[in-house]
Amino acid sequence: MDKRKEELIFQGLMIASALIVIGSLVFVLAVVVLKGLPALNLAMLTQTPKGGYYLGGEGGILNAITGSLCLAGGATVLALLLSLPIALFLQVYSGKSRFSEFARLSLDVLWGVPSIVYGAFGFTIMVFLRVRASLLGGVMALTLLELPIMSRALEEVISMVPLELKESAYALGATRLETAMRVVVRQCLPGILTAILLAFGRGIGDAASVLFTAGYTDSLPSSLFRPVASLPLAVFFQLATPFPEVQQRAYASALVLTIIVLLISLGCRLIGGRFTAHVIR
Amino acid sequence: MLTRSLKDRLASRLMFLVTFSSSLIVFLIALALYARARPILTAKPLGELIFSSSWHPLKGEFGFYPFILGTLWVTALAMIISIPLSLLTAIYLAEYASARVRGVVKPLIDLLAGIPSVVYGLWGVLAVVPLIRDYVAPLMGRSLGFIPLFSAENLTGYSVLAGSIVLALMVFPIIISVAEEVFRSVPDGLREASLALGATRWQMVKHVVIRKALPGVVAAIVLGFSRAFGETMAVLMVVGNVAMIPSSIFDPAYPLTALIANNYGEMMSIPLYDSALLGAGLFLLLMVLCFNIMARIILRRVLREEW
Repeated sequence: MDKRKEELIFQGLMIASALIVIGSLVFVLAVVVLKGLPALNLAMLTQTPKGGYYLGGEGGILNAITGSLCLAGGATVLALLLSLPIALFLQVYSGKSRFSEFARLSLDVLWGVPSIVYGAFGFTIMVFLRVRASLLGGVMALTLLELPIMSRALEEVISMVPLELKESAYALGATRLETAMRVVVRQCLPGILTAILLAFGRGIGDAASVLFTAGYTDSLPSSLFRPVASLPLAVFFQLATPFPEVQQRAYASALVLTIIVLLISLGCRLIGGRFTAHVIR
Repeated sequence: MLTRSLKDRLASRLMFLVTFSSSLIVFLIALALYARARPILTAKPLGELIFSSSWHPLKGEFGFYPFILGTLWVTALAMIISIPLSLLTAIYLAEYASARVRGVVKPLIDLLAGIPSVVYGLWGVLAVVPLIRDYVAPLMGRSLGFIPLFSAENLTGYSVLAGSIVLALMVFPIIISVAEEVFRSVPDGLREASLALGATRWQMVKHVVIRKALPGVVAAIVLGFSRAFGETMAVLMVVGNVAMIPSSIFDPAYPLTALIANNYGEMMSIPLYDSALLGAGLFLLLMVLCFNIMARIILRRVLREEW
């Protein structure tokens, strides 16, 4: 009797915990949508801040939207250029060696580095190179942030490629490079796209690493060496003003950011079975 | 033929180089921060930096004690909230939930992991802070206020508790996903043996699964802790940022990460200030590195064992 009671109590606790966890997600999304939706309008999405915007004047957050897309886009491209070789090397070339264990551990540890530290490090490097806060600086800091996420995701995808497939390629006389580029990469295409979206989603939402490195501006991104605005910082700065009209815009900006992130994660789910023209099952 | 194998070898070297240099980034970051933090480390004894409460950069006094304690308070309380909920959820997902339920819940938890920290911060400002200000703090202050931990003297709602609740949510997905993976790596044979002896499901979980998975669970908690430790923006927005040593969960605090984010890059003219802030960054990094290396090594052991 007693152990049945215990069983029931703990099952109840577990279901309650799971409901609290899911409920908190719903709570967060509900607050952002309910507060953000009334403040969202077309002008927010299509205009840059005009004079007096931060006092409640006309304008929108197009600067932050495009800035964030540029920052996360640039960082994702750079991170992919670095992570694909890393993942291919670890999975196709080096196999199980001391070095690959070390590299994996080091990337996992990099994944845990707080983003404010990336920001501070990025800024230190920029001071050293005499670069001001700019798109380039922000992209570099975000690349560091995305690198471990993307390379671990890619490696996981690549490790799923059946050994037979690789061996067939080798048996046909293909070198490891040819096997990697023509067989492994094609087989993994959906997974690679998912990894790209995942990294992009993390990059676009991060505020602390672009705080010092990318700066903030009211104009659209124009050059690698000029500061750019970003959505997370738009939320942060607009919320910090004392004017309710501007704070409303922070809610709307947060909603835009959340929608982008949700679309990206929806995209990840949808990709699962698509882009499989070259995938052998 | 020759060019093909040459290409292959070249590519191999190049990929090795990329991998090698990327795995050195962590060390490079630590080194760069150390180089910039050295002026303050040589100018002041470490004990004074860590244990002095006087933070007056203009007078050249850099005591990090209130900030370190601020970080510890917020992180510890976040873990107290997060650990039981996440572990129970992870056990539920790994041991009880049907494949269908898991298929619905896991993507939602991944979604929780993807929400940007400023959005959590905004949620904290809009929902958690008012809730604490209007209901939780007055209520608990009245009923439990005689205990210093619950005395509600700060009436703004921007408090250790608000920061911890926001952080707890951000830590859920990490602990849940790592712990679930660890629980699922426990071999079925052990479960069956326990059930065959007449154990109920919960007894089986309690005596077999949790015991077997304990090191991995510790690693999951440590990973969650280190994420909470380094989180910046969301905490910064709700924790109040008053440089004092909190004594109640309703007191404001000023964590290290918030200190860096609020001040860095602005007051470079004050001597040693920038060095002190980077020193704080180095401290954060070293703590997080220790936690992460420990957790990853444990996880590697635990998860590989069954593969």
